[in-house]
Amino acid sequence: MTTTTEKSVNPQAGKAGTPLLEVRDLHVEFRTRDGVAKAVNGVNYSVSAGETLAVLGESGSGKSVTAQAIMGILDSPPGFVTQGQINFQGRDLLKLSEKERRRIRGAKMAMIFQDALSSLNPVLTVGYQLGEMFRVHQGMSRKDAKAKAIELMDRVRIPAARERVNDYPHQFSGGMRQRIMIAMALALEPDLIIADEPTTALDVTVQAQVMDLLAELQREYHMGLILITHDLGVVADVADKIAVMYAGRIVETAPVHELYKQPAHPYTRGLLDSIPRLDQKGQELYAIKGLPPNLLRIPSGCAFNPRCPMAQDVCRTDIPVLHPVTDSRGSACHFWKETLDG
Amino acid sequence: MAEPILEVRDLVKHFPLTQGVLLKKQIGAVKAVDGVSFDLLRGETLGIVGESGCGKSTLAKVLMNLERATSGQVLYKGEDISRLSGRALKAVRRNIQMVFQDPYTSLNPRMTVGDIIGEPFEIHPEVAPKGDRRRAVQDLLDVVGLNPEYINRYPHQFSGGQRQRIGIARGLALRPEVIIADEPVSALDVSVQAQVVNLLEKLQDEFELSYMFIAHDLSIVRHISDRVGVMYLGKMVEIGTDTQIYDHPTHPYTQALLSAVPVPDPEAREGRERIILQGDVPSPANPPSGCRFRTRCWKAQEKCAQEVPLLAVPQVLSGPAAHDSACHFAEEKDVVGAA
Repeated sequence: MTTTTEKSVNPQAGKAGTPLLEVRDLHVEFRTRDGVAKAVNGVNYSVSAGETLAVLGESGSGKSVTAQAIMGILDSPPGFVTQGQINFQGRDLLKLSEKERRRIRGAKMAMIFQDALSSLNPVLTVGYQLGEMFRVHQGMSRKDAKAKAIELMDRVRIPAARERVNDYPHQFSGGMRQRIMIAMALALEPDLIIADEPTTALDVTVQAQVMDLLAELQREYHMGLILITHDLGVVADVADKIAVMYAGRIVETAPVHELYKQPAHPYTRGLLDSIPRLDQKGQELYAIKGLPPNLLRIPSGCAFNPRCPMAQDVCRTDIPVLHPVTDSRGSACHFWKETLDG
Repeated sequence: MAEPILEVRDLVKHFPLTQGVLLKKQIGAVKAVDGVSFDLLRGETLGIVGESGCGKSTLAKVLMNLERATSGQVLYKGEDISRLSGRALKAVRRNIQMVFQDPYTSLNPRMTVGDIIGEPFEIHPEVAPKGDRRRAVQDLLDVVGLNPEYINRYPHQFSGGQRQRIGIARGLALRPEVIIADEPVSALDVSVQAQVVNLLEKLQDEFELSYMFIAHDLSIVRHISDRVGVMYLGKMVEIGTDTQIYDHPTHPYTQALLSAVPVPDPEAREGRERIILQGDVPSPANPPSGCRFRTRCWKAQEKCAQEVPLLAVPQVLSGPAAHDSACHFAEEKDVVGAA
């Protein structure tokens, strides 16, 4: 194992070509009445075509805010991107005008939200809302757009699409609505899809259907997929690589198999230990002590230090950089070697 | 075997669907709970799992008498409590308390934590005399792992996990024998879930509580439960010990549910057989005839549309697979793949 701490981790190493999307040193803050909440504090990640990156984190870890910054749908004010680059197909999105970004959104990159019911317009039919993608971006006629909408609904396996195209969102079940969201994201065959907790609101049997569909469509269209979730089970099922976020930073990034086998950050290890498993009935659950930090007052040094069983003095003063563990994985812990060894 | 503390017999809860404004005409009913029977034993944890709309939360409300049962009985220590009202109901409720899912909406934002946890004492003054209440509330805060000095704070000053602890303290205030917890950890972050689950287990030992633990997260239910019941569309389809249900499921719905749970282990990705069910859960206002699961079941035959399968031990099964299962074609299938 190398000890060159200067070398930056490139999870893309070994893969040909430049990544589809590359986020570099992204900082986002929210200027609120109570002070400045630093939601994202220097995030780096990349996704290639056909690859699934899972971004894992608890509420407030900055996983969704990063996605909103990429899509350009950050509520501003109070949210501001203060630093960083978002390179997408060779262009820095943060340097583009709002008009140019709007042309990319939907056509080149699309997002699937957690709550399909509140993401769809309740007073318009799903056919109209699906067809809108074609009318606005491609100037299609109403009739052609509707035909396209039916085709899309078929594509995401909504039964009797032709009869249901004129139904309103409330007439569909939760799983079907999420399919419509997927159809809408896929409409213009984008190169990148960001799915923010796409199955969290669904029941397990429906969740399995929707994740299967998403994975299949991704393979077929060879899209890059960023899957934002808090569910370690979903990640293990579909992701190629994973980035674990805590208090606005990536604390660990690794190919999915390696991370589950041997986590290199105490937070990741705590998360893995704290989930009860179906095939292993244990005694007392391991619990990470304490609470996630308040973003208005992030602890100095490593943000995880007040909850970390391995914390030393250095953790309270120095912010750990993302040390390369291997060519393809990194850990932002001063004691990553000790963590890796168990 | 421990004695049952709650016996539920053929419990039914239908919500009428009406039409018209003045002359309300009943045009049907949502059959939320439709003939459910089971026992809750003293000191055990009974997990109830099922998807949304299966009736598990309605079941909790009927047991608490927050909703009146349409028919059937709930026996608490042998006495039917489903028809009680007034003073008798109040006396029984002292012994059966509830912990709710959402720690944000189940605590009154205008009351201090001390008032919230102490409110049960207003209704049942015999448990803690007026002068002792502050002390009793502080003891409860200590028991659930919160600083007793927080007694004058308001709910918004606490995180989700801490609020759920407040809800648990309120549930414990009257020293009940049974706690019905409806999705107590689903709203919490993963790292905080484990803390609350551990707290619930500690309290069970300390106060000899019986839990009915309702959740949709099968991993947590297995961790905490001694026995598990699986519900589908208002019916209990399978019930047994945690090993019987998780390692030897015999009802196709249980098997599908277990196989759909994502396992946090990428190595298991290839080896697992997934049963992906078709379609959605039918409406409880118009459930399928016969077996309610037949519309999504891969084993369904004509018999399933005509005869309602009873919850009983299927005769063809033996060993750990021999437990109550409501399927005409019950057979064992190991879906979790535990060694």
